[in-house]
Amino acid sequence: MPDPAPPSPPQLLPLRVEAVGFARNGRTLLKAVDFRLEAGRISVLLGPNGAGKSLLLRLLTGLLHPDSGRIEWNGHAPEKLRPALGMVLQKPVMLRRSVRANVEFALARTGLPARARRSSAEAALDQGGLLALADQPAMQLSGGETQRLAIVRAWAQQPRVLLLDEPCANLDPHSTAGVEALIRHIHAGKTRVILSTHDLGQARRLADEVLFMADGRLREHAAADIFFDRPASKQARDFLDGRLVL
Amino acid sequence: MDEFRQAPAIALELLITLEPELLAIIGLSLTVSLAATLLAALIGLPLGAAVAVYRFPGRSVIAALLNAMMGLPPVVVGLGVYLMLSRAGPLGELGLLFTPEAMVIAQCLLITPLIAALTRQTIADLDRSYREQLQVLNTSQPVMVTTLLRDAWLSLTTAVLAGFGRAVAEVGAVIIVGGNIKGVTRVMTTTIALETSKGNLALAMALGLVLLAIAISINLLAGMLQQAAIRRHA
Amino acid sequence: MKKSTAAALAASRILASAIALSASMLHADETGFIIVASTTSTQNSGLFDHLLPEFQAATGIEARVVALGTGAALAYGERCDADVVMVHAPALEREFVENGYGLERIALMHNDFVIVGPRNDPAGIRGADSAAGAIAAVGSKRAPFVSRGDRSGTHTKELALWRESGLDPTRGAGAWYVESGSGMGQSLNMARAMDAYILVDRGTWLSFGNRGGLQLLVEGDPALFNPYSVIAIDPEHCPNVRLEQAQAFIDWLVSETGQEAIGRFRVAGQPLFIPHHQQRRAVE
Repeated sequence: MPDPAPPSPPQLLPLRVEAVGFARNGRTLLKAVDFRLEAGRISVLLGPNGAGKSLLLRLLTGLLHPDSGRIEWNGHAPEKLRPALGMVLQKPVMLRRSVRANVEFALARTGLPARARRSSAEAALDQGGLLALADQPAMQLSGGETQRLAIVRAWAQQPRVLLLDEPCANLDPHSTAGVEALIRHIHAGKTRVILSTHDLGQARRLADEVLFMADGRLREHAAADIFFDRPASKQARDFLDGRLVL
Repeated sequence: MDEFRQAPAIALELLITLEPELLAIIGLSLTVSLAATLLAALIGLPLGAAVAVYRFPGRSVIAALLNAMMGLPPVVVGLGVYLMLSRAGPLGELGLLFTPEAMVIAQCLLITPLIAALTRQTIADLDRSYREQLQVLNTSQPVMVTTLLRDAWLSLTTAVLAGFGRAVAEVGAVIIVGGNIKGVTRVMTTTIALETSKGNLALAMALGLVLLAIAISINLLAGMLQQAAIRRHA
Repeated sequence: MKKSTAAALAASRILASAIALSASMLHADETGFIIVASTTSTQNSGLFDHLLPEFQAATGIEARVVALGTGAALAYGERCDADVVMVHAPALEREFVENGYGLERIALMHNDFVIVGPRNDPAGIRGADSAAGAIAAVGSKRAPFVSRGDRSGTHTKELALWRESGLDPTRGAGAWYVESGSGMGQSLNMARAMDAYILVDRGTWLSFGNRGGLQLLVEGDPALFNPYSVIAIDPEHCPNVRLEQAQAFIDWLVSETGQEAIGRFRVAGQPLFIPHHQQRRAVE
């Protein structure tokens, strides 16, 4: 973790999601999503493309608001919890400045004084394996480096919970390994990780528990070993067996 | 069509001899229009960006207003400023009428909507891809404005140059508030208007070519600065 | 946060220095210049370029000329935006003084109007003795005629000629009678392009560089007399007016030196304005 540590953020877990529904232009995109997350484990939102994973993450972080139902982090509404509640978008935007300055920008948004930012940024970049690139323009990074910087940038804000939306979509195996190592490293610290993926292998490698989504609904919520051994729903069985989930 | 044939030669002669009087006129044109552009950029860039970033009722009305004001005839702006600065007007005490300052004010009012409207469009486009990212990084709206302005500055130079172009090329406003007084408020465009009214069409055309040459030089210079910045940044 | 306040600080500093610069330019102007609202005919001929350096050398006062039509020049005077007006429309001038905007009409100089038109002269007015008769011929032939249409001295004179001719040219408006709504030079440019007749003061005509096929056709009718007056703005109407310098300007213009300088001014070897302060004083 970068230092010095700012005042301790509020405890965010458990997360309570109750009967959440969301529709746009007459199409129901999420329906009756209901679950509860406790502290301590890597949760993976798993499901095919279009299942509603990204939308659910946006609702969890307060970028969007549900049409019905409730989302509460330990009793708090999501949009008030930044920067304790961090998120890495599926297509993160790099600011038009150096790698280091991108992290310093994030640190400034936590109220960290200017003189402390440089060392904190470099410590975070070091742990993400990006320190050598600190002075490069962030927009020139490769796909894997960009993802890692996006994660480091969000993580530098010392969130209690970090939501990651498809952090390895379109990455080659080597880059994926780097990102996954960083995720594990983050989770080993004080930050709880929730990530979405449509990649079954990644779910197997990272998940402590799985929330399986299909067609706007949460079909299963189970510990990883139980989910992969004995999926309860037809959609999950189809997905695990490599069939199209229709 | 003799004028077209004579104008380039006269223009060349003007540029080579560069008499002190012409030099002063060119200098005043540039000073007034650059000052107006600087002021208009200081107002228009944050204004346009704020309208793009902040969500408030009447926002689309302001955006439409800015777009409409881009087409404001310079004469109308000049007349408005004249009525304000006239000794019989509310700001008459300042004694600014028929001074270069009055011309700066008029040109600034003329191009601020242009710069603000172009900025709003540019920032709104960038905002679409940046907004969620800035939100999840806990960015306040004022910081969004400065961040978007900073990241869009290469495109925004075009907005500022467009403002400068309109300022340095307009005649309707400055001739009313400046009075085209020789040695005091006479600029390139009012000189061209004057020479035209004297029937010295070839000379007027030549002065137009000189103005064009200046505008091209400034845009080339800005383009070179842009390229240098791009090479350094991305 | 810190960065944006720094940027705001820098911006306000630039703004402050811009204002300070403007203020210093303003103070440099405080040395006592006057604004002379005058007509394009005097400006375009170059008369002021000839007179003002002499005036400034003699008195140290800088006169800044804003050239407009007579109507506009008087309006600027009425709004207190000029200290002196130099114009050429006696009727309008009298009204201006009677309304309490100006102190006194002071006769300065004159030249004359001439009627110019296309070389082939379709209305056949070349050499006519009567200007009103020539104008009537143009109107009855419906030959193209360009009018200033801007309440200038020239426009005022032209309307007087039409009245005398007994014709109402506005019936031909948009057809053969074209109101340019522009200054003398612009109107001449139009007349040249349209091969139209036009009334013009001799000064502008002589110094005009784009005559093309236009020729001087009618001159010499006493009705074409074109007197110029100077009027100081009444300080009771405009407390801000710089009367002392304005009076110095007028005094110099009507002094022997000033009158002689006006008489000396020539374009292409011809005198454009004939000083007449001494002679006219008695008449007015």
